[in-house]
Amino acid sequence: MKLDMKKQNVTKSQKVKVGRKPLWKKVADNKILLLMCLPAIIFFIVFFYMPMPGAYLAFTNFNYKKGIFGSEFVGFDNFKFLINSGKLWMLTRNTILYNLAFIIFGNILQIIIAILLNEVRNKFFKKVSQTIMFLPYFISAVLVGLLAFNILNYDYGFLNTVIKQFGGAPLKVYQTAKMWPVIIVIAQLWQQTGYGSIVYFAAICGIDAEMVEASQVDGANIIQKIRYIILPSLKPTAIILFLFAIGGIMKGNFGLFYNLVGSSNATLWPYTDIVETFVYRTLMNNFNFPYASAVGLYQSIFGFVVVMVSNWLVRKADKDYALF
Amino acid sequence: MRIKKDRLTIVVHTVSYLFIGLFALACLVPFVLMISGSFSNETLINTTGLGLLPKGFSLAAYNLIFKSAKQLIGAYAVTIIMTFAGTIVGLFIIAMTGYALQRKDFPFRNYISFFIYFTTLFSAGLAPTYLWITKYLGLKGSYLAVFLQLLMTPWLIVLMKNFAKSVPYEITESGKIDGAGDFKIFTSLILPMLKPALATIGLFLALGYWNEWYNSMLYLSSSSEIHYYPLQYHLYRIINQAAALKNTMAGANVTVGSLPTLTLKLATAVLATGPIIFLYPFVQKYFISGITVGAVKG
Repeated sequence: MKLDMKKQNVTKSQKVKVGRKPLWKKVADNKILLLMCLPAIIFFIVFFYMPMPGAYLAFTNFNYKKGIFGSEFVGFDNFKFLINSGKLWMLTRNTILYNLAFIIFGNILQIIIAILLNEVRNKFFKKVSQTIMFLPYFISAVLVGLLAFNILNYDYGFLNTVIKQFGGAPLKVYQTAKMWPVIIVIAQLWQQTGYGSIVYFAAICGIDAEMVEASQVDGANIIQKIRYIILPSLKPTAIILFLFAIGGIMKGNFGLFYNLVGSSNATLWPYTDIVETFVYRTLMNNFNFPYASAVGLYQSIFGFVVVMVSNWLVRKADKDYALF
Repeated sequence: MRIKKDRLTIVVHTVSYLFIGLFALACLVPFVLMISGSFSNETLINTTGLGLLPKGFSLAAYNLIFKSAKQLIGAYAVTIIMTFAGTIVGLFIIAMTGYALQRKDFPFRNYISFFIYFTTLFSAGLAPTYLWITKYLGLKGSYLAVFLQLLMTPWLIVLMKNFAKSVPYEITESGKIDGAGDFKIFTSLILPMLKPALATIGLFLALGYWNEWYNSMLYLSSSSEIHYYPLQYHLYRIINQAAALKNTMAGANVTVGSLPTLTLKLATAVLATGPIIFLYPFVQKYFISGITVGAVKG
């Protein structure tokens, strides 16, 4: 046993002296650890790397029988069509604006909830309300769509029931595209805020209690405590979460949009279509592989650039938080 | 030290209770509407709208579902089997990988970590992935297309890595001194210490399987070989496809025109969501540790 340890020490010091071990030796020495990673590696190869050459679809006039690489090459024609028809711009604008709204309103609401929850002294109230606020996080997007329909439906929806009770005219929500940005943002906040506020709540709990007490001794009131102690302590968390979220600004939550809007309500699309929903429809309803691939590839490259830039920003802000 | 409450503090505290209370209420109301609607009389809802309390209390929808429960029971069976099997298999692979990738003496850890992480930076997109899985892997109409794709995510592996980092390296070292191999060290020394991590990540996996509908819609929907869909996709079909609702109710001996479609949808939703609503208060603390550990380094 002792010999083993000595041997290890020797190899370690040798490593320093000799420099690099040959690759085959490294593989042989770590074969068990490599084998332990193998299932995951195979998983990512099969489901993520193998489809990548298929992105070539975006440059073809794809014919199912001929296969990806047997189909005619058309250069950037698919992209040209998507740009000239205004589709690509509309999808980019919608996806980014929705994500910005989610990030900004989401974080503001999460911070408010965390700060106010911290002021709640009644333990039972705190626990129960926190548990209820988590509830929406645990349900599927399908159910979110149904719950929204129960509220917004023209004939029997809860919203119109209330409006009618007060003598108002019922709203035709599913035919009014302009209402949807608000509805989708509310649905997103409804599902994610309770869960998202945990990070901020944890940050508040981490504040030094002595600091708060000292401020009270100095005569700071509760608003001053929130303004000068709690809010500044949340700033690093907020900045980091914001920068992370920016990295995903081109990625949409397909389930939320698809289930809220429905699969065929074309009236709403100018306001509700994001990259994911467009790609899905183009693929599954129209079987147009080239257009779906072109939009998908555009999204991937756009997203990749944004992640790189935002990571560079995170690195500048605080090296410890950079992803790579 | 106890400081006497001034008026401002009372105001802020009142606002806190009101705001939190109202927000929690807003989170709850849609569920109340669903449940009360499922116990309501269909005709009354159509004339007076959904309410917080059942309108003309009725068990008609549940009676119909239980009379013709084959599809729902099948959906439950598919989902439960997938959730259990997927969580166990996925958890084991994620734990192995996460542990190996944080071992400082593992020279390939950065390459493999990047290999896995890169898939979140760049992906082929839906169309090439769909084509690959259906045309080349031949998984269209196979439960495997759903089961396999939910086994792991880069984020869960990173999360496991962060958890495993907190296990002192001395434990691995002591195993080595006793002459144990890396796999033996992992199964007999590390796994028992990773219990909280396994609970957290296992629950994320289980929630993913339980709420799965997306891959089912993509890969199972147009196949005639599939008779039972995962639960949430079953619900999706009941809500969105009139034909699916009629087929499901075929065993109940009711004329199609007299089906209470709305309350049937709501009752199906209640039955498909029930287990989660009852279970999540007991497991929410594991999800909390997921977000606090995961947020350290996404």
